[in-house]
Amino acid sequence: MNVAIIWTLAQKELGDALRNRWFLLYTIAFAGLALALSYMSLAGAGIAGFAGFGRTAASLINLVLLIIPLMALTVGAQSLAHEQEQGTLAYLLAQPVTRPEVFLGKYLGLALSLLASLGLGFGVAGVVLALSNGSGSPGAYASLMVQTFLLSLTMLSVGFLISALTKRAGVAVGIGLFLWLAFVFLGDLGLMGTAITMRLPVDQLLWLSLLNPLQVFKMASILDINATLDLLGPAGIYAMQEYGDRLRPVFLGLTLAWIALPALAAYVRFHLRGDL
Amino acid sequence: MIEFANLTKRYGKFAAVDNLTLSVKPQEAVALWGVNGAGKTTAIKCLLGLLRFDGQITVGGCDVRRQGRAARQLIGYVPQELAFYKEMTTVDMAQFYARLKGAPAARIAPVLAQVGLGEQGGKRVGALSGGMKQRLALALALLGDPPVLVMDEPTSNLDTAARSQLLHLLLEVKRGGKTIIFSSHRIEEVETLADRVAVMEHGRLQFTCTAGELARRVGLRTQVKFLVPGSQLDQALAILQGAGLQARRNGVGVIVDVAHGEKARPIHTLGRANIEVTDFELE
Repeated sequence: MNVAIIWTLAQKELGDALRNRWFLLYTIAFAGLALALSYMSLAGAGIAGFAGFGRTAASLINLVLLIIPLMALTVGAQSLAHEQEQGTLAYLLAQPVTRPEVFLGKYLGLALSLLASLGLGFGVAGVVLALSNGSGSPGAYASLMVQTFLLSLTMLSVGFLISALTKRAGVAVGIGLFLWLAFVFLGDLGLMGTAITMRLPVDQLLWLSLLNPLQVFKMASILDINATLDLLGPAGIYAMQEYGDRLRPVFLGLTLAWIALPALAAYVRFHLRGDL
Repeated sequence: MIEFANLTKRYGKFAAVDNLTLSVKPQEAVALWGVNGAGKTTAIKCLLGLLRFDGQITVGGCDVRRQGRAARQLIGYVPQELAFYKEMTTVDMAQFYARLKGAPAARIAPVLAQVGLGEQGGKRVGALSGGMKQRLALALALLGDPPVLVMDEPTSNLDTAARSQLLHLLLEVKRGGKTIIFSSHRIEEVETLADRVAVMEHGRLQFTCTAGELARRVGLRTQVKFLVPGSQLDQALAILQGAGLQARRNGVGVIVDVAHGEKARPIHTLGRANIEVTDFELE
C-alpha cells in the first residue's frame, strides 16, 4: 500500500468536494443555522438560565441529526458510483494504483471534507459564543463536534456501501435519501410503534434504539452535555441505572462499529467486484 | 514484452475473448483488428486488470493479476472514450496522474509540449476539443515514460484533421522505441502504426499478418461513388462491368465496389473510354 498515492487521491477528493455545489450548499446551510442557534441561545440566556456553549450544543444536536447524515450519505453514495458511471474509475484503475489505495484515498478525502465542513459550522458558532462571553462548557461543545464527526463517518461508510453496491450515481443517491429518511424519521416512528404494539420492556427498547447510529449519537451527546440521560424518559433512566459509566464506551463502540462495518463491507464489495 | 496465454473472458455462456494466445515483442507495434464485438476492447481491459479473466497475461514479465501495479507501471494507456475530470485544468490533471505514476513533475511541461498542448495548461479539460483531449490522453500515458503503450481505438472519435495529427504523434512515439498494442478497425491507422496485425472475430484470434497484408487477407473492400455526365451514365456502367468491376447505378452516379488499394482503377478505366469523372466520394 502506497501512502503517497492514498494522499494524492484524498487531496483530489477534497478538492472535488469543495467544488461540489451540493456539498457547499450543505456546508453553508449548516454553518448559517449553527450561527443562528448560537445567537438565539445567547439571546435567551437571561430567560432560561442555560446559555452559551451548553445551550448551543443542546440545540445543535437536532440540527446535526437532520443535516449531517444527509450530507454524509449523499457524498458517500456518489463516491464510487459517480466515477464508475463517468468512466473515470476505470481510467484511474488502469494506472499503477491498487483498489485498496483508491478506496482509502476516496474515503480519507471525503472524511476530511466533512471535517472541514463541520469545522466551519462549529467554528463560526463557537467564535460568536466566545466573543460574546457565552457561559457553559466549551468542552461539551468540542465534545459534540467530535461526536458529530464520528456520526458523519458512520453515514459516510453507509454511503460508501450503497455506492459500492450500485453502478449508477442517481440510484445510489436515491437509496441514500431513503436511508436518511429511515434513520431520521422512520426509525423513531417504527420504534415507537413497535414499543406500543409489542409492549416492549424498557431494556429491549433501549437496545433497539441503539441499533440506529443517530440515536447513539443523540444519547452520547446528551450524556456529554447533561451528564445524565434522564430527559430521554424511561429508557434513559434505565440506561443510566443499569449501565452508568459504562454507557460512554458502549456508545463509542457502537459508533465505531457503524463506521467500520459498512466501510469494510463496501471495501470488500469494491475489491471483489471484478469487472469495471 | 506482452504475453497473452489462453486468455478467455466470459460473460455467462458468452465468450467475449476465447482462448487468445498472442505475443508482442519489445518495440513491436501490434494492432488488434476486428469489427465491433470482436473482443479487442475486452482483451485490452483484461491487460489493464480491469476485468477478471481466465488464462494469463504478463507485461515485461509481470503477471497482470498478481503484480498488477508493477505491470501497469510499465503501461501508458490511451482509452477509446475519454473519461476525465472535466473541472480540472490540463496542468492539474497532468500533475495528478504524474503523482499516481511516480513521474517527476519536471516531465509535465515537455510532455504537454510534445503533444502540442504546451499553451493549454491553464485550460479546463472540459473546454478542450476532442482532438486536444485525445492528445492529452496520450500525454498522460507518456508521463511515466513507460515502455509499453496500450491504446483502445485511439482515433475513433476524431475528425479527419485531428486523426491525422494524432497519428503523426503516435508515429513519433513508435519511433521512440515503445512497444505498442492497440485496437482498431481503421485500415489507415493500422497501416501507419502497426508492424503486425492480430485479426479477431467473435472473440477468437483468426490469424496474424503484416499490416501490408491485412487488406488482402481480410478481403477489405470499399464502395466508391463516381459522378459522370448524365448522358454517359449507362455507357460508364457498362464499361465498368465489362472491366470486371462490381458496379451499379445509384441516382446520378455509379457505385463501384473495389478492393482496398484499387480505388483509382475505375477512374482509369473510365478515362481510357474518354468518360470524364466529375467527382467521387467514398461511401
